[in-house]
Amino acid sequence: MKTSKRIQAAGCAVVVAAASLMLAGCGEKSQDLAAAKTGRYQGKADSQPWDNDPGAFAAGNFTKGDRAGWEKALATRAQAQNEYGRAQ
Amino acid sequence: MARMKFLCDAERCIECNGCVTACKQEHDVPWGVNRRRVVTINDGVPGERSISVACMHCSDAPCMAVCPVDCFYRTEEGVVLHDKDLCIGCGYCFYACPFGAPQFPQAGAFGLRGKMDKCTFCAGGPEKDASDAEFRKYGRNRLAEGKLPACAEMCSTKALLGGDGDVIADIYRNRVLKRGKGSEVWGWGTAYGQPPKPAAPPPQKG
Repeated sequence: MKTSKRIQAAGCAVVVAAASLMLAGCGEKSQDLAAAKTGRYQGKADSQPWDNDPGAFAAGNFTKGDRAGWEKALATRAQAQNEYGRAQ
Repeated sequence: MARMKFLCDAERCIECNGCVTACKQEHDVPWGVNRRRVVTINDGVPGERSISVACMHCSDAPCMAVCPVDCFYRTEEGVVLHDKDLCIGCGYCFYACPFGAPQFPQAGAFGLRGKMDKCTFCAGGPEKDASDAEFRKYGRNRLAEGKLPACAEMCSTKALLGGDGDVIADIYRNRVLKRGKGSEVWGWGTAYGQPPKPAAPPPQKG
């Protein structure tokens, strides 16, 4: 009698263990990086080239935040690549 | 608004590799990584041409489209940059790039690939401008100093032009008009061209 009860108890324990294992599989957290699926840049933000102190080696006459001055400095500098312009 | 582009004049390039040297020196690029290189077509045959090639900072950059971790971004001036802290060195961008621009330093004893490195148009990367961290990861930020890429400014024959697309296109147009030939610009259609439009449907009969 005692033996059959023990067998029943062991059987119940096995069923409970198997059920808990299966449920653990259902409860697995997703490992997908949801943000990475948006197709957008995920890295650090970058500052604008005109939005910082030009520094000691700066070319042209532009100040921090002066986008128009920065673009003018680059356009002026680009003309140094035009030897037709330089020769005249 | 400025839109940064490179333009290589194949009629003028003399394969001196000055651009390659200028780039390596300016950014302290590690051994085995060439952000810029000179390619010669039909070598030794009459009519051979040399072209200086690097990242063209495409309008619709394929590297950006295939990156599984989305580490690429485009600045307001049209420069394509990436965050090395995010790059996993998978190499997808290398296979996608029509110019072979992405470079991978050897990072281990067994040929392990490191994080991708490429031309930054001398615009640094996502670190504080002119900081040590920016220089170490991406090289010098010349744009933030009001300067153009070192390769183009160093070019002895001015075959390689770099800067605002409108400005360098004007310089090139003037040059072509003066010499009367060589109006083909290598790589511009691939890098800055419009995607082909779908063909118009045939006219209906009846």
